[in-house]
Amino acid sequence: MKVSIFSTCVMDLMFPQVGIAMVEVLERLGIDTDLPEQQVCCGQPTYNSGLVKESMPTIKNQIDAFEHSDYVVGIAGSCSGMFKEYPHMFKEDDPYKQKAIDLANKSYEFTQFLYHVLGVKDVGATFNGEKATYHRSCHMTRILGEREAPFILLNHVEGLEMLPLPHIENCCGFGGTFSVKSPEISEMMVTEKMNDVVSTGAEILISADLGCLMNIAGKFNREGKKIKVMHIAEVLNTNVDLERIDSVTNPVFAKI
Amino acid sequence: MGLSTSTKTFAERLEDSKKDKFAQAAVARAQDTQWEKRESSREELGNWQEWRDIAESIRQHTLKHLPHYLTEFSDNVAARGGHVFFAADAKEANDYVKKIVLEKNAKKIVKSKSMVTTEVDIDPMLVSLSDDMDVLETDLAEFILQVADWDEPSHIVFPALHKNRDQIREIFAAKLGYEGDNDPVNLARCARDTMRKLFLKSEVGITGCNFAIANTGDINLSTNEGNADLTISIPKTQIVLMGMERIVPSIKEAEILDNMLARSAVGQKLTTYVTFAGQKADDESDGPEDFHVVILDNGRSNAIGTEFESILQCIRCGACLNVCPVYRQIGGHAYGSIYPGPIGSVLSPVLGGYEQYGDLPYASTLCGACTETCPVKIPLHELLIAHRRVMEDDLKMHHDGSFVNMEMNAVGMGTGHPAMFGMAMNMAHAGLSMLPKAKEITVEGSLFEYGAVRKAPALAKGWTDVRDLPVAPPHKEQFRQWYKKHKAGK
Repeated sequence: MKVSIFSTCVMDLMFPQVGIAMVEVLERLGIDTDLPEQQVCCGQPTYNSGLVKESMPTIKNQIDAFEHSDYVVGIAGSCSGMFKEYPHMFKEDDPYKQKAIDLANKSYEFTQFLYHVLGVKDVGATFNGEKATYHRSCHMTRILGEREAPFILLNHVEGLEMLPLPHIENCCGFGGTFSVKSPEISEMMVTEKMNDVVSTGAEILISADLGCLMNIAGKFNREGKKIKVMHIAEVLNTNVDLERIDSVTNPVFAKI
Repeated sequence: MGLSTSTKTFAERLEDSKKDKFAQAAVARAQDTQWEKRESSREELGNWQEWRDIAESIRQHTLKHLPHYLTEFSDNVAARGGHVFFAADAKEANDYVKKIVLEKNAKKIVKSKSMVTTEVDIDPMLVSLSDDMDVLETDLAEFILQVADWDEPSHIVFPALHKNRDQIREIFAAKLGYEGDNDPVNLARCARDTMRKLFLKSEVGITGCNFAIANTGDINLSTNEGNADLTISIPKTQIVLMGMERIVPSIKEAEILDNMLARSAVGQKLTTYVTFAGQKADDESDGPEDFHVVILDNGRSNAIGTEFESILQCIRCGACLNVCPVYRQIGGHAYGSIYPGPIGSVLSPVLGGYEQYGDLPYASTLCGACTETCPVKIPLHELLIAHRRVMEDDLKMHHDGSFVNMEMNAVGMGTGHPAMFGMAMNMAHAGLSMLPKAKEITVEGSLFEYGAVRKAPALAKGWTDVRDLPVAPPHKEQFRQWYKKHKAGK
């Protein structure tokens, strides 16, 4: 049983440390991984821009790339959520229809895979009493439908105090190309999000989507405000206490 | 006014809304209050998702059999002595209303809140009919807008959301000679005193219609102020304007939808007044003696049988506005349509075309909050993408016609094939690493490990107009390279 890593564009280009953290956490839990080389982007930037025809080669390539994978685990709720949308893009008689359904069924966002498939709650991460808050990305929450897993895993990080974020349901203003096409509206949204984060008094901002993190952190940095920003994979890979890990050396994979 | 509320461009309207700090705060406050009320009223009902399924199936069933139910409704109105007129567009609707008002030689007209009458822009037509014509909007919020020189509504359910009590006091003082304070009770009393005089003398009443009941020929109205009940019981002549989709088979379906409407719109179980009315029967003591229903198309049939048909499921609760993070920031007037927010961004292009409303489907992050909250399960964010697809792929009318789309096209090509993808990523990496780096990094953690970019060109310009962009790590440290080494070392 192998888990294929879905290396999303933003991670691929900008944030290797997040992918590394994900692989390290998975391996510590006894999971063997691979990285299918054929994989590209999930196709969201063009698809959501309305360039649907132009997105189809990308989407088909992704389906092909993971055709022989047992599980496909990604680092961003939004990108894994896009896989869940693939089946709607093919007509019943299209040979890619069933393949798209298969990919959707075996795709998981990282925390979702840990909690729902591996049944793990505590991966041994340890902090020193820091206060943190979590930004719930819209696509992970609504498109992928995952509201629970990140919170359960974060609540099992020792020494990390989780503070509730006001307006947690509200979008940060990233929205993929929205952030570059409508910067004026995006700015208003990310400013409110920044202020909400500040209002919690948290020292660390955590999220499971790199796009959102890049957006909110980018605003914090532009405003010269101090905060620590971490992807949830990095949080779960911090000061790991091996004694505490829920051992999954012989993982019992389960469908959710 | 009509469907369009502004002659300015979307960018200009955004500038205006950015400046209006008051409206922004008012919308945010209203959204926060509505959120709690809506959530608790849904919980109280229980099984909300099942109710949504039922509501959706009612709306879909009716739309699939629209000609049948419209005919049944029309026959039943006629059988009771009423009149139904099918108006293809705003002009036909106005002409019909004008004919009735002139026939009655009416000078005192009372109206109850109706988005459709705003859509066909009936008020200026009525006012122009005679020098001594009195047209009165009797919904308190609509009344405020009327007194404020027919200001535009900024929300489907709370039309005067953008005005606070101090502003309303000033408007009443200037236009109605009001001398009291800004207490809502006193302001409402002033409005009521003004309205009552006209109510009692009114000759024609004009209302909208929440739902039309096909098997009885009644119309169904939900209000919290009782003004619609007065509007349909005092004047002898009654004109109802309704969108052609606002029909249900029987009172049973109306009851379900009224529940969904009130809970979604205002967080109430039901609105204070839920009224079913039609042509007055001989043995009834009140109600219109002359009852007219104008059933309006005005672009709605553009959606029938297309992928946009589900937008006609809308019951105008405004819940999608109340959860929309974009509406929260820019407010209703920025949309330039009397239907703002997510519903407006889907509906306005259907009714009024892409030339005028083509910007609206892009005014969304596709966060899906609207889709999740819609009580009749309209896949709003998917329809926003569908509009974009029609504009880009089918009509080739590229939004903002700018480099952004050319670049997105390139992204499409670059991501379509593994080798091209590798090249595209390398190019993106090279491009990003050439940009000048900012010195100041205040954000801790690994995101800005390699520095920040403060000013970038092309696709990234919009990004750096607003926030910093992290610098990409050196190529040899990218994830795929690390993974190869990591696996080899095992």
